[in-house]
Amino acid sequence: MACLRFRPRLRHTVLRVESLFDVAFGERLNPLHHLGALGFFFFWVVLASGVYLFTFFDTGITAAYQSVEDIAHHPLRLGILARGLHRYASDAMVVVVLLHLLREWVYERYHGFRWYSWITGVPLLWLMYASGVNGFWLAWDQLAQYIAQMTAEWFDALPIFSEPVARNFLNAASVNDRIFTLQVFLHLGLPLFLLFATWVHVQRITNPKTTPPRALMLGSLAMLALLALFVPVVPHAPANLDVAVGTLRLDWIFLSGYPLIELWSPGAVWVLALGITLLLAVAPWLPARHDAPVAVVDPANCNGCARCFADCPFAAIVMAPHPDKPGHKLAVVDAKLCAACGICAGSCPSATPFRSIAELVSGIDMPALTVHRLREQVAQGLERLRGEARVVVFGCEHAADVARLEGESVAAYRLPCTGNLPPAFVDYVLRGGRADGVLVTGCNGGDCHFRFGNDWTEQRFAGTREPHLRTRAARERVHLAWAGENDLEKLKRELDAYRERLCHLPRLVAPAAATGVALRRRVSHG
Amino acid sequence: MGNVLRYIGQAVFYALFAVFIGYFASAPAYVHVAADQAVVKVSFSHGGQPVKPCRQRSKEELERLPPNMRTPMECVRERSPVEFEFELDGQKIYSVSAPPRGLSRDGASTLYRRLTVPAGEHRLSARLKDSVLIDKPNYQHAETVMLKPGQIFVVDFDARHGGFVFK
Repeated sequence: MACLRFRPRLRHTVLRVESLFDVAFGERLNPLHHLGALGFFFFWVVLASGVYLFTFFDTGITAAYQSVEDIAHHPLRLGILARGLHRYASDAMVVVVLLHLLREWVYERYHGFRWYSWITGVPLLWLMYASGVNGFWLAWDQLAQYIAQMTAEWFDALPIFSEPVARNFLNAASVNDRIFTLQVFLHLGLPLFLLFATWVHVQRITNPKTTPPRALMLGSLAMLALLALFVPVVPHAPANLDVAVGTLRLDWIFLSGYPLIELWSPGAVWVLALGITLLLAVAPWLPARHDAPVAVVDPANCNGCARCFADCPFAAIVMAPHPDKPGHKLAVVDAKLCAACGICAGSCPSATPFRSIAELVSGIDMPALTVHRLREQVAQGLERLRGEARVVVFGCEHAADVARLEGESVAAYRLPCTGNLPPAFVDYVLRGGRADGVLVTGCNGGDCHFRFGNDWTEQRFAGTREPHLRTRAARERVHLAWAGENDLEKLKRELDAYRERLCHLPRLVAPAAATGVALRRRVSHG
Repeated sequence: MGNVLRYIGQAVFYALFAVFIGYFASAPAYVHVAADQAVVKVSFSHGGQPVKPCRQRSKEELERLPPNMRTPMECVRERSPVEFEFELDGQKIYSVSAPPRGLSRDGASTLYRRLTVPAGEHRLSARLKDSVLIDKPNYQHAETVMLKPGQIFVVDFDARHGGFVFK
């Protein structure tokens, strides 16, 4: 499909735009990493301002318009602020939700285990638009008249009504106050249903991000408030169904489909809307890149500590009674929910390379890259490291390609996710003096492909989340540097600077004993 | 200095977002009906006459029916489609056969069309035939109207009030 071929280029563009936002906001506050949470935030702003407006809103053909006019004259410009916040936060919600959808599609975050979140997001689009469009009716101005007439004509394309809905808006005599009873009911009910549907939408993920960082909330709120006060939302002339609507200040963010009803036909717009809906609905089952095999539990090595259960970003692990050890628990993986990120393997206390058994088997592991295989690869890499400032780099498949950092003094390993790295591997690399430092990298900060890989790694390394990084080497020998797909050059510079710093540290040397546990230092000649 | 530049960068992005929302929330202007145009809405919701006339049941037929169903007249439920024609300034704009709604085709036939025309004097003519048992339209009305710019003129039909309603 053409759109799938176009996606890599679009992905590259999105990454470049995100890099720009990184410069201004920093990786943690980048609003593009919090689009879903911003959608929630704007919804709350709409709700709060809506409560204020509803307090002063009157229903009725003339009363509705008059009450909206009166609100604009509230003291301290409170009415103008509330109306502006209500409208502009609704528009902002549409923008961030559409960007959220586009971004998830570009990053292919809708296949496999993510199908549930994707599918439950599709009706949210309809509910969001319905809630917003319905709100325009309430002011009962010329824009409301246009929307009422065009919506009626659009629905009349469906062969489900015994009489054309548009006959309700033939002329002024056709409309009465009861229409407002229905509209107010819908304007309260649809957003409530939208809220319920968003709750369903985030059900299958652990700790969903429904609140953006405070700085983003304050910044967004200030932006909306200034916009509301300096560009007030003003109603059109009152609706009059005996007079045609002429020129409109259309809200294109919500109503861009409306001119198409006239330009094409109501039926064509239905085909477009339902076609997009259908395409979105089947997207998770369209051909996608091959997913890695899911996590596997080894009951003999699982001690039931539940760290994998706590760390899994997609609630794919449950703890069940251990079949062989009475009173113990056993991790059980739900293959349908497993993202194959390996964060569980990184959290397992048995995934330590220091275990002396020949075939290293941990309690939970990834078949595509087992802990045993990783230990073998790292051991081989350490053997070939030469020169000054020898560094082992652990990276992530969804971030900057660390394989391109390989060199005489640099060994690099790509993991499904940074969170897949058991912290003990850092100690394993540094003990024995076969490397001088470890650089751990992964997705751009705040935007881990598997949601929590970066966070859990940082917390494990900081000693606030099990398993802790317990290295006896100096902490400056362990460096975290987040770098997205487009940030390879940035990562190279980061690595160069890090190696430069390592040159100024005393060189680690191999212990005399074969165990390789003792650490000694000698002054480097750098 | 670095922080100041970052705050400036953030302000620029917030401002761009605000400009985007502020602009597209009300612009560019959209012209639904041009200033020199008027609108004619043509619509009706009318049940056509039965496709067959009612028939008197014979005494024998009535006796064969259960007692509670012995109505003297037998009438079919199905209604005729409504044939409708509309002319503007002598030119035929619509010629529609509106079928009756409902699974048993016993509901009303309906139509709704919206037409934008230049303001000024126009000759409107409508004809309607609501029975398959007749050959020519049984309702018709023609009127010359002066449409003001922006005026909405409705051509409706109400059989209880004698047929077409031009208003």
